This record gives sequence, C-alpha cells and structure tokens, in this order.
Amino acid sequence: MMSNNGVNFAPFWHNGPAPGSFYNFPQNNIKSNSAIDEYGFQRNGGPITTGTSIVGVKYDKGVIIAGDKLVSYGNLARYHNVDRVFKINENIILGMSGDYADFQFIKQYIDEIILSDFSADDRIVLKPKDLYTWLTRVLYNRRSRFNPLWLDMVVGGMQGEEPFLGHINIRGRSYTNDVISTGYGTHLALPLLREYSEKGPLNEETAQQLIQKSMEVLFYRDCRGYPKYSQANINANGVTVSDHEVKQNWDLALSIKGY
Amino acid sequence: MLGINQFPEYQVPGAVQHQFNPYENNGGSIVAIAGDNFAVIGADTRLSAGYNIFTRNHSKLFQLTSSAVLASCGNWCDSDTLTSILQTRVRQYSDTHENKEISLNAIAQLLSTMMYGRRFFPYYVSNILAGIYEGKGYVYSYDPIGHCERHTYRAGGSSSALLQPILDNQIGLKNMEEKPTIPLTVDRAVKLVTDTFISAAERDIYTGDGVKISIITENGVEERQIPLRKD
Amino acid sequence: MNSVLAPEIEQHGFNFSNCRRNEKLIHDGFKPPKATKTGTTIVGIIYKHGVILGADTRATSGNIVSDKNCEKIHFLAKNMYCCGAGTAADTEMTTKMIASQLELHRLNTNRVVPVPCASTLLKQYLFRYQGHVSAALVLGGVDNQGPHIYCIYPHGSTDKLPYATMGSGSLAAMSVFESRWKPDMEEEEGKKLVRDAIAAGIFNDLGSGSNVDLCIIRKDSTQYLRNYELANEKGVRNLDYTYKRGTTGVLSVKKIAFDVVEESTSGIEKMDTN
Repeated sequence: MMSNNGVNFAPFWHNGPAPGSFYNFPQNNIKSNSAIDEYGFQRNGGPITTGTSIVGVKYDKGVIIAGDKLVSYGNLARYHNVDRVFKINENIILGMSGDYADFQFIKQYIDEIILSDFSADDRIVLKPKDLYTWLTRVLYNRRSRFNPLWLDMVVGGMQGEEPFLGHINIRGRSYTNDVISTGYGTHLALPLLREYSEKGPLNEETAQQLIQKSMEVLFYRDCRGYPKYSQANINANGVTVSDHEVKQNWDLALSIKGY
Repeated sequence: MLGINQFPEYQVPGAVQHQFNPYENNGGSIVAIAGDNFAVIGADTRLSAGYNIFTRNHSKLFQLTSSAVLASCGNWCDSDTLTSILQTRVRQYSDTHENKEISLNAIAQLLSTMMYGRRFFPYYVSNILAGIYEGKGYVYSYDPIGHCERHTYRAGGSSSALLQPILDNQIGLKNMEEKPTIPLTVDRAVKLVTDTFISAAERDIYTGDGVKISIITENGVEERQIPLRKD
Repeated sequence: MNSVLAPEIEQHGFNFSNCRRNEKLIHDGFKPPKATKTGTTIVGIIYKHGVILGADTRATSGNIVSDKNCEKIHFLAKNMYCCGAGTAADTEMTTKMIASQLELHRLNTNRVVPVPCASTLLKQYLFRYQGHVSAALVLGGVDNQGPHIYCIYPHGSTDKLPYATMGSGSLAAMSVFESRWKPDMEEEEGKKLVRDAIAAGIFNDLGSGSNVDLCIIRKDSTQYLRNYELANEKGVRNLDYTYKRGTTGVLSVKKIAFDVVEESTSGIEKMDTN
C-alpha cells in the first residue's frame, strides 16, 4: 500500500484497501499496460462484456445452435436483447460466447469473407468447415502472440448434405462432435445432451426439445443466464433464426423453508 | 519522484485476475510398438480438459504416408497445428519429388526440426511416430522441444508412466531370469496395445472412451477401433 | 505486554498461525503431500416416502484413480446417512465422529435423533475449522418431522433442499434433477432419477466414475444398496500375464536353522465386559 501524505490509515478490512491510498487495480493495470518494463511487456487480458453459454446439437438432417440474449458486464446484466447466434450464410450458423467486443471484431472479418465470397459469384459458397478451420487458425495465432481473442465459438451448418458442428476455443483448440456446449453449458447442458445423443442420431423434434431443456436448466443454474434466448436451425431447407423464452416455474421455491 | 509506476498492485486473495495461459492439457495416451516388418501405434479417443470430456471420438492418429503414422497428444491446439503443418510438408515433399513418398526417417528428422524451431515457445505435445522403412518397423518418440529417439516400443501422454513399464516387461523382457520366447507378431502387438489401454483407462482419468489402433505393414495402414470404459 | 499483575489471558479457540505459515511455504514452492480426494458426484432427493441418497465410487489423487470402488455414503444413524465429497479422510472422520455423537444423543434422549440435529453438529464442527476440514456433504434422513435433505459446505454453511448435489459432478447431476425432479415421486421413479443423476456425473465428470451406490431411507426402514449398478465393466484383457516360476532371479540364498523348543497356539481371550 502506498499512502497519500505519508499518513497510514488502517485498511477497511484485513488485507483490504485503505482510505486515501493509491493502487493499481487488476486488469486496467497502468503499470503493465504502459508498454515495456525490465522483462518485456504484458497485455491486459480478460473478457469485459461477455456472453455466457452456447448450446449446439446435431440431428439427423441438420444442426441447432442456441444461446441466451444477455450480454453481461462483469456481474452486471448489461444488455438484455443481444443476439449471440447468427446466420452467416445459407450454409453456416454461428454461436458465440466470451468477449462480445472480440466477437464484433472477428465478425467484421467474417462479413468481409462472406461479401467477397458472394462477389465472386462462382456458385461456390463458404461451407461451415471452411469457417471452422479459418477461425481455428485465427484464434490459434492470436493465442500464440499472447494476445488472444477471448472467444468460445460454435460453428454449425450443412457441409453439403451432411450436418456439421464444431467448437473453437480461445486457444484455437477445436473439435467436432454431435453435441457441443461452451461455458457453463459444458457442465450443465452436455450431460443432458449426451444422454440422448449417445443412443443414436436425433431427429429434429428431439433436438429441439433438448435445446429447450438445456436452456431452461442453464437459466436456472447459470447466474449469467437469461430466460430469453435465440436459436438458429439449419437443414436442407435453409436457416431459421427464432426467439424463444424459457417457461419459468418457481412453485418449488415456496416449499423451501429454513436452512 | 513518486510516479504511478511505483504504485503497488492491488492484490487480495479474493480479487479475480485473468491471466492468459496459452497451454491447456487435453490429456490422452499413445503407445507404439515396432516389430520386424511392421509397426503398431494406438491412441485413445478422449478429448478432455480439467474434469470435462469434450468428445469421446477424437482421433489422435495422423497417417502421413502409406508407411508412417504419427500419434500426438497433450495440448490439442498445438497437436492440431503441428500435425497440419507436418502434413503439408509431407505433401510438399512428394509434390517436389515426382510423387515419391517421403521416407519414415526423413519425417522423423523433419518433425524434430519443426519442434525445435519453437524452442522457446514449445508445442506442448507428446509425439510418437511409427512406421516401416526399407521393410523394417521403427518407432520414434519426441519430447516437446524436438529431442528424437528411436525405440522398439514406447508409451507417451498422460498414462505414459503407467504404460511404459508394461511394455518394458512384455516386450523389453527386462529383469527376467528365464525370458519367455514368444515371438512378437502383429496379432500379439495389437493385443498388447489394446491391453495396455484397458489398464490405462482403469487408473488414468484422462484416458478412456476408445482406442484407435493403426497397423502399418508393407500392405499399407489398417485401422481398428476398440471401445474403452467411458467414465 | 505480560506482567505478573496483569497476565495476558490466553486466547481461546484454535490457533491458525500455522495456516499462514503453510500458505507461505506453498507459495515459496513447497510441495505438500497429496491427499486422496473424492472428486465426486453425490446427490440426495426427497421422494414420497422418504429420501434417496446416491454416490459414485471413484476416489482420485491427481489424475490417478486411487480407489475404483470406494464407499461415499456414510452411516450417521439408523435414520440418517451422509454422502461425502472432498478430502477422503475428512469426510470419513467427520461423519464417524458425528455418528458417535448422534448415538450418544440418542441414548441420552431416548428418541429418534432429528436430522437438523446432525446438520447442526456437522456445520458447527466444519465452521470451527474455517474450511480447512474439506468435507462437502449431502445429509439425508427421516425423523418424526418427515424427510430432510441438507447440503453442508466445507466452511459450515448449509442448505435445506428437496434435491441436492455436491462434488465435482454436482452440475452434471443437478442438470438431471433440474429437468426431471418433481414432488411426491414414487420409490422406483426416485431410484431411477438418482441413478441417472449419478450416471450423469460418472460419464461426464472425470472426477467421478465406476459404480452407483444408493441408500433409501424411509419412515421406518433403511436400505443401503451398495453397488446398485455397475455402470462400468472392467475391460477383458486379451493376453495372459502370468509368469513361469523362476522368472524372478534369486540373487543369494541364506539358510537360518531354527531350534524348535516349544510349539503352542494362543487361544482367543474373551473380552472383559464387566
């Protein structure tokens, strides 16, 4: 602690801040922000405005990706009506969790790719696997420069006739699977999704129900969750992005008394 | 002069700090055995981190040529990057050498060079390369910064310390008075690899779900998959 | 300041100075011994006629499974059982000690011990140790007031809930409860739900594994179903791993001849119960 006028006040609590003292707070750390010190430099890291879990399910003829509509600012529920699931083109849908600013940054480039792809007018359209590998490379290169894009993304779509579902994280670690979830969803939604997906391919209706169940559980148990969510569904008929809301039931709360 | 740079860090035990760690341990185990005229290499199919399983069906084997298979595990994004660069280099070789396939020992050297190229920001992976060269089976293993060593059998990854002693005992026949004389056939090697993975899945939490085995002979590469416990 | 006239009164309670020392030692690079953790899935629900507790059976130490079939549902009293997650020794010893206190309480009062009594004893004990006794518990039982499920955290806080989960697989298990639990379930339905919750932990959480243990506590009976389901069979090995006699070399032989003076077998002495 460094005191104001050489007067030391007692800290507010044990090891806590003291009145009239100056600190460098973590994350907007001027010391480490200001370029170079003896041992090189450190960037300030960490997500600021964030979206929570994304849930993705592959069914026999397509893919569904869902994510709630909340974007948080730390503990603050900051933006309540933001889409985190997108239609990229007729073949691709994308869900994002992690830092929303980083996503907006990368989304610009994705839009540019789609535009140039469209402009080529060669009847060859970007497919989900292309975007998936591209994002993997971008995120891996950023992590290798110690300047990561704080993102956890789910790419879905139709790779020709076949549904495709892949996950890329902040380090560029990517894999494909029948069911994918990010954030708290890895703990809460995946067990539900796996229980069904491991029995065999799902049909659209069960996939839909699973997504609904997952979003419900995530709303109840993820404190960055939100009842309103959007979902994108892609199959041979094209892409539909729709808004939904979790049916809440708090009857149980009345029965809980005492501790 | 008191500058802002002299201010101490405000750090208390409860304060959240994000520190970016470029590495992530994705687990997985790999085993390879070289025979007289064949090589067998296996890897489990679980991709995990922390206490989470991401997928149960994830191949850590990369067929590079008709006589070379690489197994790679550890930090998956590094494995992914390293192997795709390696695959590109292998293709470039054949494209510039009248479609001649690159030989196993050349891949072995190339991989070592590539990994050492990242000496001060290593690919955090455990690699084992298996294949045949001039009709004989070979196994090469690597440390994360490119040290390459030739073996007749080798285990790597999260269960390496569990599996290597089994191989030392069953193939190396170490510390035995009367050594059994069982010939190392393809069949025995495959069974041995399967058995080691069954054992690893029992005791290592990062190994399980399934094992993929590649059998490399003069006739090319044959793949097999055997389920393991999923807990 | 210590004088003969005004002697310093010794502080009561525990002395935590070693905790700070230990923290510093760890900070400076000291490697403390590894304790067996039961990175666990444990659950409990209330159903129509009582409570059902469930647990997996894996104990780990780092990334190695140290016990493939351990018991995590501990006996507290005839009408009460307690699932434990955290450090194996802590959960084991804590529940054992509380079980003996509850038995004494039962003998003193000559009544069925109420479940809140066990909850209070456990939380007061854990609170005293400020989280250093790392036991995360799901306590379940039936008393004269009906069925109870308590969640007890290592620092001594508690929750009283109709369904509870704990351990590293708690979220996996909770997702099952959160989507399928309802009040007044029948026993078979309840058993299936608890099994599914534990199975979710076993298959999705690497800290949990092996088998499912259940314990059903009704108004006037208790059923402990050890290894209710063997969720994971051990793989069958292909080769034979026996060795011929003489595989291990004999380095040296030394014979010691004994002179047999007397041969006797000691009988079993009866315990003095006077």
